[in-house]
Amino acid sequence: MPRVKTLRKVLNPPLIKGFKPYGPESGNLNQEPVNLLFEEYEALRLSDYDMLNHHQASVMMGVSRPTFTRIYASALQKIARAFVEGKQIAIEGGKVYFDSDWYQCAGCGCNFNNPEREKVIESCPLCGTRQIISHDFPDETNEENAKHWEYVCVCPQCGFEQEHQLGIPCNHQVCPKCTHKMKRKGTPGCKI
Amino acid sequence: MKIAIASNGNTLESCIDSTFARCNFFVVYDPETRAMEFIPNPNKDLEEGAGSASVKLLESRSVQKIVASEFGMKIKPLLDSLKIQMIVVKGSKKTMKEIMVMLNH
Ligand SMILES: [Zn+2]
Ligand SMILES: [Zn+2]
Repeated sequence: MPRVKTLRKVLNPPLIKGFKPYGPESGNLNQEPVNLLFEEYEALRLSDYDMLNHHQASVMMGVSRPTFTRIYASALQKIARAFVEGKQIAIEGGKVYFDSDWYQCAGCGCNFNNPEREKVIESCPLCGTRQIISHDFPDETNEENAKHWEYVCVCPQCGFEQEHQLGIPCNHQVCPKCTHKMKRKGTPGCKI
Repeated sequence: MKIAIASNGNTLESCIDSTFARCNFFVVYDPETRAMEFIPNPNKDLEEGAGSASVKLLESRSVQKIVASEFGMKIKPLLDSLKIQMIVVKGSKKTMKEIMVMLNH
């Protein structure tokens, strides 16, 4: 049986394509860059920039904890090698998909995503109304479901529920009991 | 801010096309200047890769948002990586004119 390749979720691509060393010796060194994969960049970002623990970070990336630890260790090794040997770092490649959040407009009914996570979505890009709700999986929504949505975030793993905070996508919330990513109650993929 | 709309024709009365990658025309619209351009989709008959070819075309026109009734599943990660926003208008018979009026909000 061939091993199934799992895709790792990366929230946003990095701002830059890599790093270059500088200093008098840097021109004489081997120009072959160290290749930091997108998932290695993301592991470092979640763990040491967003300060998540390895369990939370593995949930965010959709991988098991041992896998996360392996990706993270590889990221550190590569960066250390680039520093010590004075090599460039190229951030590219890897088995990843980029993930953005979906919203639905209560005014015109359209669905749209937010490709720039840093920006908060305040209004519908199509009709301009400010009445928008966040959710996952626009393709599987049907009218019936949409009408019965409650403004509740639920943990798909243990069932913990909390009130939805407007403006914060449910899947940005991490379950306080089991640290699984939360979902909006009643959406597909959420069996509770 | 340029916005592309997947259209089934090249007039203001044309409707939103049923697919993004193989639509007949892309309408590139700028709500600030009200400038619009109808671009025939050169990828509509491609057997494979119509989606990514269409994305490349629109990226080269500096489009930052795309309005369509459906995007293929492979398109989402590509558009996410380019930070192009997807606006999905499902099962609608809206005309280009109606959509442009909405975009002028
Ligand atoms: Zn709207
Ligand atoms: Zn939980």
